Amino acid sequence: MALALAILIWAIVLASVVLFTGEFGWFPPQISAHGDAMDAQFNNTLVVVAIGFILAQVALGYYVWRYRDRAGGRVVYTHGNAKFEVATVLITAVTFVTLAIIGQRVWIDLHLEDMPEDAVQVEVTAQQFAWNFRYPGPDGQFGRTVPRLINDQLNPVGLDSGDPASKDDVVTLNRMAIPVNRDIRLTLRSKDVTHSFFVPAMRFKQDTTPGLAVPGHFKALKTGEYEIACAELCGLQHYKMKGFLMVMSDQEFEAWLKERAEF
Amino acid sequence: MMRLTNYLCLPVALLAALFAGACGSVDIDEEGMDEVDGTEAPTVVTRVDPATAATVTGKVYFEGDLPRARRLAMDAEPACAGLHTGPVYSEVVVPNDNKTLQHVFVYVKEGLEGMMFETPAAPAVLDQKGCIYLPHMLGVQVNQPVRILNSDPTTHNVHPTPRNNREWNESMAPGIPPKMKKFPREEVMIPVKCNVHPWMKSYIGVLSHPFFSVTGGDGSFEITGLPPGEYTLEIWHEYLKEGVTTQKVTLAASESKSVEFTLKQAS
Repeated sequence: MALALAILIWAIVLASVVLFTGEFGWFPPQISAHGDAMDAQFNNTLVVVAIGFILAQVALGYYVWRYRDRAGGRVVYTHGNAKFEVATVLITAVTFVTLAIIGQRVWIDLHLEDMPEDAVQVEVTAQQFAWNFRYPGPDGQFGRTVPRLINDQLNPVGLDSGDPASKDDVVTLNRMAIPVNRDIRLTLRSKDVTHSFFVPAMRFKQDTTPGLAVPGHFKALKTGEYEIACAELCGLQHYKMKGFLMVMSDQEFEAWLKERAEF
Repeated sequence: MMRLTNYLCLPVALLAALFAGACGSVDIDEEGMDEVDGTEAPTVVTRVDPATAATVTGKVYFEGDLPRARRLAMDAEPACAGLHTGPVYSEVVVPNDNKTLQHVFVYVKEGLEGMMFETPAAPAVLDQKGCIYLPHMLGVQVNQPVRILNSDPTTHNVHPTPRNNREWNESMAPGIPPKMKKFPREEVMIPVKCNVHPWMKSYIGVLSHPFFSVTGGDGSFEITGLPPGEYTLEIWHEYLKEGVTTQKVTLAASESKSVEFTLKQAS
């Protein structure tokens, strides 16, 4: 019986390894300039965690079999091995801190790297349960916003018409267009609760927090339409908080922006 | 040593008390209507003699510039966009060609003190169709049933955000039976929104009497069946708040009078 249980544990481990190493298409398409680095970070983490997982499960199966119930066997009480425990905790700590440090490089590239002057600016404002996207218009400057001016039909982000910079700002709902092969500078905000701006194909996920303007950026390498989701449970209709990222050519982007400005 | 159950007693008791308190104020009757305590039934219902009943009519005009109507962007929700053949525009400020306004709630604010009016049994209807609320503005009497429909092939959530009545927020999947609701306290106005489709908004005015109206495509309103007397009429618009918003009117038996209101943007 103990051997059967041990074999079952090892079979589950083997099946898990096959599932994760096989090419089963469980990653969404990758269209982002930084996506390969993000995927590499993910895979490195997965490999390290997998090694720990396999070692632990193989040992578990072994001990299930080794210390099975046997006639005449005597129970031995042990306090464990302090040196072994300290060593395993230290190895685990060093491993995960190292992974975190390596991961910070990708994160810094995504959030703190300087953007070129011609980067397209998009402000993302989340609300229960929709995404507002604002473009600065031809003047390249976002206008001032005032919360008390917010009106979901006329003025979703509260643009202050008294500020000349706000006159040409373009605000769209649930549809974000960007030009392909151009740097996009993001500013992430929230009107109400914490949301998470998640674009799986761009390998980008960042919380939006009320009161904060969180910077970020990405660059899409392939045209098409991709899903935007909220990755932070934000209320009853969280699952309906869906948008679309439309990656298009420069000309199509300019035409789209012009059309939306007339809404 | 204190047992674990002793530690659990206080939070369990608090939760039980909270739950009992919440349940104590709401009864669900057979039709699924929420009955909220706190409103006394009228003792003597006022009957208006049709032979002497008076009428107030009028129009609501606007002055100056109005905000530009915005196209509602429904294209991220094909279930909504596909229900319209042309563009749909915001309903916040809807001017008519004759310099009048749609969607203005007109009601008797003063002059009916001490009178009680029968609550209609027929429900008022609020539909969700093409991902907009129909009608955009609605008047009901206290405790009058409101029948809420979802005629769309998509899920909405109906979320009134009152100040004097109880707030609720309920999903309505496609094909779901209508919801029947009541508002037990007077309130002008209760905003109703759909959190999934931020452009969807409606307003419900709840009054203890039936003397209210909403302006239509020619900016006019009509309030009939008033007992003779002196009244203060008030108007409410969701965006335009300045201008002539109240009027006093004295009505003799069977008299019909016309009044005008004017609204403009805040300076």
